[in-house]
Amino acid sequence: MCNTCGCDANDHQHKHHAPSASVPESSELYTAILQPDEIVAARNRQQFEHHRVLVVNLMSSPGSGKTQLIEQTIQTLNDEITIAVIEGDLDTENDALRIRRHGVQAEQITTGTACHLDAAMIETVLPKFSLDTIDILFIENVGNLICPACFDLGQDANVVLLSVPEGDDKPEKYPVMFRAADLMLITKTDYLPVATAFSIHRATQSFRNVGGRAPVQELAAPLDRGVSAWIDWLLSAYAQKFTALSTPSPSETADAPPKC
Amino acid sequence: MIWFQQMHEFSICQSVLEQVEQITRRHHARRVTRIVLSVGPLSGVVDVLLQRAFDALRLGSVAETAVLDIHTPAVIVACPSCKKESRVPTNRLLCPHCQQWQTTLVSGDELVLLRIEFAPNTLSDNGHSVENEHV
Repeated sequence: MCNTCGCDANDHQHKHHAPSASVPESSELYTAILQPDEIVAARNRQQFEHHRVLVVNLMSSPGSGKTQLIEQTIQTLNDEITIAVIEGDLDTENDALRIRRHGVQAEQITTGTACHLDAAMIETVLPKFSLDTIDILFIENVGNLICPACFDLGQDANVVLLSVPEGDDKPEKYPVMFRAADLMLITKTDYLPVATAFSIHRATQSFRNVGGRAPVQELAAPLDRGVSAWIDWLLSAYAQKFTALSTPSPSETADAPPKC
Repeated sequence: MIWFQQMHEFSICQSVLEQVEQITRRHHARRVTRIVLSVGPLSGVVDVLLQRAFDALRLGSVAETAVLDIHTPAVIVACPSCKKESRVPTNRLLCPHCQQWQTTLVSGDELVLLRIEFAPNTLSDNGHSVENEHV
C-alpha cells in the first residue's frame, strides 16, 4: 500500500500524486456498510469455536424471566453440562449474584447508561472465563426490545423471550428484535389465567407476521412447564454445533448474525 | 455528546465515513459532494439519527461539505407458495396474496453504500498534492 495516500498501488509512479490526476464525477458502488463491531464479533466467534462453547444470547424486555430461565437451566443441566453466564445490566450485580448462588460462574457487565451489550464488552470480559471448561455460555443482554438486536456479539443463537404480562402484540411493535430470534419463548404462561387478554395464538401469529420463522415455545418456569422442550432445543443446538465443529468444514458452522 | 455515543447510528456513521475516505483516496479525489446510502426500514438504523450523526462527524473529513442522501427501499417479500413478490409493511411480512408466513425477504433490511460523488480537485487541492509528493 502507498504510505502517502493509502491507495492500493505499491510503487510511487502512480498518477494521482501528479497535479493532473483526474477525478471521476462519482463512484457507483453497492457495498455493504460494515457494522462497527463486526470484526470484534468475528474474533469472539472464533474464540467460542476454538474452545467449543455454544453461546446463546438472551434478549427481551426487562423482567420477562431471562435470569429465571438461566437458573432453571442450571438446575436441570448442572450435572452434565458446564454453564457460564455473562450478565448485562445498566447497574447492580444482582443478577450475577443470583446465578453464582447456583455455583456457576457469572460475570456482570454494568453498562452505565448504554442500552445493549456489544462485542467489545464481551471480548473484555472473556479472559475471566476458562473457556475450555465451558459447554454453554449464556449472555443475558440488557432488558430492551430495540438496540440489542442490532449488535452481533459472536453468539450462535438468539433466544427472544416474550412474557405473558407484556401483551401478545410485542413482535409487531418491535419487528427487528423478533425477526432476529432463533427461538421465541413465551414465558410466564402461569399468568395466563389472570392475563386473559393474552393469547398464545395471537402472539405466535404476531411473530409470524414480522417474518419470525423460528420455533415458538411456552414456558412456566415456577410450574416446571415447558422446561423440557426448552432443554431439548438447547441441547440440540449444542449437539448441532458440536457435530458441525467435528466435520471438516468448520467455517460453515457459525450462523450468520442478524443483519441490522 | 453522550447521547450520540449511546446510539449505534453514531458508530455506523463513523464506519460509513471510513469507507468513504478510503474510496475517495482510491479515486484520487480530495472532496466528496454527495454520499448516497440505502437504509432499509428493517435494518435497525434510523435515518434521522444517522443524518444527525453525520452532521457532527463530517467536520474535518473529506465529506465536510457533502450531502448525505438516504434512500429508503421498500420492504419486499417473495412467497415460496404462490411465487409472487409483494411490497409489505415493516411489521407484516406475510404474503399478502396467500397469507404464507415462510416468505423470504427480498429487500428491506439492507444497509448499503450506493454512490459517492466527488468534487473536481481544485488548484489548491493539487498544490497540496504536490507538496506531499517528496517521497
